[in-house]
Amino acid sequence: MFRANLLGFLSIFSLFLFFMPFNTLLATERLKIGLVLDKGGKDDKSFNSAAFEGASLAEKQLGIELKYVEATDVNSLENLHRQFAKKNYDLIIGVGFAQVDAVKKISSQFPKVKFAIVDGEVTNPNVKSLLFEEHQGSFLVGALAAMKTKTGKVGYIGGMDIPLIRRFSKGYIAGIKYVSPKTQILENYIGVSGEAWNNPAKAKELALNQYNQGVEVIFVAAGASNSGVFDAAEEKKKLAIGVDSNQNWIKPGFILTSMLKRVDRAVFSTIEDLKNSKFLAGSQRYGLKDKGVDYSLDKYNEKLISNEERKKLETIKEDIIKGKIQVPDYYLEKK
Amino acid sequence: MEATDFFSISFILSFLISSLRVSVPLIFASQAGLLSERSGIVQIGLEGFMLIGAFSAASFAHYYQSSYVGFGMAFLMGSFFSFLFSLFVIKFKADQIVIGTAFNLLIAGLIPFISKFLFNSTGSTPSLPIEIRLSVIPILLAFLAVILIHLWLYHFRSGYWVQFAGEHPETLLSAGVSVDKVRYICLALCGGVAALGGASLSLFLSSNYSPLMTGGRGFIALSAVILGKWKPIPTLLACLLFGILDALQIRLQGVIIGDFKIPVQWIQILPYLLTIIILAGLFGKSKAPAFLGKK
Repeated sequence: MFRANLLGFLSIFSLFLFFMPFNTLLATERLKIGLVLDKGGKDDKSFNSAAFEGASLAEKQLGIELKYVEATDVNSLENLHRQFAKKNYDLIIGVGFAQVDAVKKISSQFPKVKFAIVDGEVTNPNVKSLLFEEHQGSFLVGALAAMKTKTGKVGYIGGMDIPLIRRFSKGYIAGIKYVSPKTQILENYIGVSGEAWNNPAKAKELALNQYNQGVEVIFVAAGASNSGVFDAAEEKKKLAIGVDSNQNWIKPGFILTSMLKRVDRAVFSTIEDLKNSKFLAGSQRYGLKDKGVDYSLDKYNEKLISNEERKKLETIKEDIIKGKIQVPDYYLEKK
Repeated sequence: MEATDFFSISFILSFLISSLRVSVPLIFASQAGLLSERSGIVQIGLEGFMLIGAFSAASFAHYYQSSYVGFGMAFLMGSFFSFLFSLFVIKFKADQIVIGTAFNLLIAGLIPFISKFLFNSTGSTPSLPIEIRLSVIPILLAFLAVILIHLWLYHFRSGYWVQFAGEHPETLLSAGVSVDKVRYICLALCGGVAALGGASLSLFLSSNYSPLMTGGRGFIALSAVILGKWKPIPTLLACLLFGILDALQIRLQGVIIGDFKIPVQWIQILPYLLTIIILAGLFGKSKAPAFLGKK
């Protein structure tokens, strides 16, 4: 009896072995996409989540094969990219500024593999750089924050102190000053290392400190640390502004809006282009014009923003798109 | 912010409360490290025990919708993991530093693995509603832990055993007490208390677990043990000092003195700088238990 069972098992097993090569053959017909996420991880409900959503949508709608990995530290990035490249993935997407060096190096070593990088610029002929005009979106939410505050104080909390996060802050401050030049701005950063994206406890302390000093709205750009600021807003019954993904749902009533950075859309359309053989290397910039950055308005925050405020915001948006308002860009100033 | 804002009553009050809050995880973790090291076992795995505490606290609190269950389960899970740790270092006499490091790495990898099954996430847990978050109790618990450990070490016979296990294990042996048993118990308590530190990080200072959220606090706690000369009350004071520096650092960011804006980075190195200065022996000699790390 036992032997018969064993025999049956073995024959089924060998059948599987026999069919395996066909399975893998079938699989290679689908595009293989490798997604390398940053330290915040796929569940940061912000930047990385957006990239992951875009790629998952592509998996569902375009029938690609998606594999994602998370970098636990910066040193592992290069290796993760190399692993994908060695396995002949069709497109490898690096998410985050920290991956620029890894993408630069691996894309020159594997010229036949296509790469995309979010939030960074790599000029190799097989790399597409997906860039966002964060300062424009930040200007908008800054303007809204200034309209909302009665104490004349607003805050900004950045994750890691890097040029990208300074770019958010610069645009935000310009937006505030555009609406009311006298507004006082408190600006804090969580840290100077990658750990800052995952430190909600510190983010909450910074937020509580700002709220205690009379700040009414805090714009936070800190990946998975954002949740700490939202908790503080809920406890102090004040407002916060989310970033990258639409975060309004996380604490309805306490999140004024979110500065959307449509990483999901950029990732999706890059994969779509590849599928339709329209993949083009080079830099693509997403701004207010093409809704690559925007502010979010949905059922969770519609009560927080009045019609009048909304109209004002739309006018400002138009003016930025038309070039009537020049939003200062931290990147340009540095050069 | 102007420098004059520093002297208002409300500022000082909020500053003190904030210092207390941020020192809670450090207090738990450093008392845990102290227990282990006083019994003669080098404890470098605090970071890992804190992580397991933070994660299990957030997970159980989410399933049972109670922070108390979270804290309790964190203690149990921490004890369980440090029991495994003690099997390696006591029973199999493996190198304490190597095993401690291995546990840190193991736990950092294990948590995403478990959370994939529980929440289909790579490390973070769902956030807890405001009603079940604790506001003062963890601070009281932390101070209670220090008092209990102090009383135990200095006023109870079994507490003396712990001290002897770290200083002169042969003496303890000749008195007919099993050194290994004392160390097993100390290590189980160590893991549990360190896990409470992690739990206060995920349930008290924030409302969910996010990957590697301890951010080196386990190692800062270890330096607090050294600064506190392996004694409970001075170690508590060291933690409070680190807490004050951290809270100060939050408030000093972007402050303008005269025409000079203090760079964020300068202030953020303060706790680390202080640790280095202290470890260099500028504040008197800090003497470790004589038998620490020996087999």
